Amino acid sequence: MTQEKSLVEIRWHGRGGQGAVTTTEMLARAAIAEGKYAQAFPSFGPERRGAPVQAFNRVDSKKPVRIRADITEPDYVVVLDPSLLDKVNVTSGLKKGGYVIVNTRKSAGGIKSEFKIDYPVATVNASKIAREVLGVNIVNTTMLGAVIKITNVIDKKSINEPIELRFGKIADRNIKAMETGYEQVAV
Amino acid sequence: MATRIGVEVSIAVADAVKLCNPDVIAAYPITPQTHIVEHLAELVANGELDAEYIPVESEHSAMSACLGSAATGARTFTATASQGLALMNEVVYVASAMRLPVIMAVANRSLSAPLSIWCDHSDMMSVRDTGWIQIITENGQQAVDNTIISFRVGEDPQVLLPVMVHLDGFNLTHVVEPIMIPDQAEVDKYLPKNRFPLPLNPDKPVAMGGFAAPAIFMETKWAQEVNIQNSKKVILQAWDEFNKIFGRKYEPIEKYQSDGAKTLILTVGSSGETASVAVDELKKEGMDVGQVRIRLWRPFPFEELREAVKGADVLIVMDRAISFGGPGGPIASEVKAALYNQAKKPNVVNYVISLGGRDTTVSDFKNIIKQGVGIAEKGSKNEYEIYGVRG
Amino acid sequence: MAKSENEMTWKDVEIGCIVTEPGGAKAYESGTWRSQRPTYNFNKCIKCGLCSLYCPEGCIDKNKDGYFEADLFYCKGCGVCARECWTKVITMVEEVE
Repeated sequence: MTQEKSLVEIRWHGRGGQGAVTTTEMLARAAIAEGKYAQAFPSFGPERRGAPVQAFNRVDSKKPVRIRADITEPDYVVVLDPSLLDKVNVTSGLKKGGYVIVNTRKSAGGIKSEFKIDYPVATVNASKIAREVLGVNIVNTTMLGAVIKITNVIDKKSINEPIELRFGKIADRNIKAMETGYEQVAV
Repeated sequence: MATRIGVEVSIAVADAVKLCNPDVIAAYPITPQTHIVEHLAELVANGELDAEYIPVESEHSAMSACLGSAATGARTFTATASQGLALMNEVVYVASAMRLPVIMAVANRSLSAPLSIWCDHSDMMSVRDTGWIQIITENGQQAVDNTIISFRVGEDPQVLLPVMVHLDGFNLTHVVEPIMIPDQAEVDKYLPKNRFPLPLNPDKPVAMGGFAAPAIFMETKWAQEVNIQNSKKVILQAWDEFNKIFGRKYEPIEKYQSDGAKTLILTVGSSGETASVAVDELKKEGMDVGQVRIRLWRPFPFEELREAVKGADVLIVMDRAISFGGPGGPIASEVKAALYNQAKKPNVVNYVISLGGRDTTVSDFKNIIKQGVGIAEKGSKNEYEIYGVRG
Repeated sequence: MAKSENEMTWKDVEIGCIVTEPGGAKAYESGTWRSQRPTYNFNKCIKCGLCSLYCPEGCIDKNKDGYFEADLFYCKGCGVCARECWTKVITMVEEVE
């Protein structure tokens, strides 16, 4: 069983255009750069701005990732957009004790009772952080910080290079957003 | 030194093409292949790759341009999928019969209708009789490696055939994963220059693409058949040499936990890795099961297949395409044909799975293997089984 | 080509059926197709060369006296030259009476 445990599966829920796919790619690159094995892929198909979408990460600290199916029984679920909570069953298949990491201004307790979520919930007001740090409500890098903190699948420093590669001139602000998300996520 | 990076498989395949220093790329974008040729166009536009990029107006033109290019002795690459492969079909036949070593990545995708951009193997199976060498890959690394290998095989003076490298659309093309990108010096060492023996050349004119009367046509076709049969030994050498330089081994039939196993699952393409996890789990539960995978589809590896499955009682064959009104999946019908005259052969059970991008999970594969063994014992009225269809 | 296509084996087939020796068409006697033959009354010929331009076989050229005349090795006897000639120099006659 300890061998099986090395695989961590994360399912991201967002809307087309919110950067869920980009974020999973950065997380996978960071894990691979650490020498781990990782996958990132979108829910395959045409891209539609605003439509609920999923993106997936598998990170394995020990062995190559062999499973090539969508993640139906994740260890963690990430919700980029709080308006998805009453439209999509985000906890579908979530393993027992698996975390739901939500972008919301509400408290974890509030989210749990409002949406009847019987799992640990971690919250961060990523929209507020993104508006303050980036000037726009694009929360993917902020949520990435929260995900790194809760899942611990990579070292926080490892994400800087993928962010720099992806964002170029605006990388510094995105790294700041990521770090703020990392600090402010609350369980 | 090779570098290990996290990269989308399509981008890595394009980078592998760049390492092979092609002269001409003629291609038309189509999902899920687009990222490959898009990145190549970018590399050419940025001056990072010194090649002619011909943005043709259709796949038929893409392959036609590739023929002209390869005929001059230029190293030539294209990529396509699904309807694109269907549209270029008539020229696909011409490439192999004229012995022009065009290298083509095919991002496997279902054929219409209904319209689907997702993965299955109906496009790959639609061209199995076109005379191309077909290599089927299972993960990003294999797609990268076999792209490089294909140039060496196809352009080998003993072979001179076009080669398709199949990688599953989306399931591979759109996944970011760790890939060893080979070093340029190592690729240069591995891949000799393209020396097409009779290129179009104004100083030494030749004529290509003539017609053949009944008196000679059969001889030309038999020459073509003997040639692709003989290409296998060059493919084996090329894989062997690749292993020596890069340390990754490929075989026509690849085995996983299969030695001595009484039940075998045979897979093709990216779902094979998922299936291997199911094999591990079933073994843990005490089942005597192993896996074989087809890496080389054309020329078909008869001997290796027979050798790999000869000890098994049950062989469960996965297909991602239907031969409508026919004997089930194309893989199974060829596997059965290969085994028919053998004195000892496993009972073959065929499942058609994962059409049009339908996911097949680890637990699906476990179900299939268990059900397959049951069908082998009890028999079935069906020519083949289809997995996961509702109702 | 050493062997005719009726004698070649599959081993004799060149890579991709490429024709490596030029002149295959030049060596071919298309004149064997002919059932009628052009005959000439050069007294009427004004050396305009129109027959040579119209000849689908491209086999009409100037002879040593500067008159235009078909090369019977290639001439298929179609009669286009006779029809197009302004001054009626050319008459088609049967090869076999």
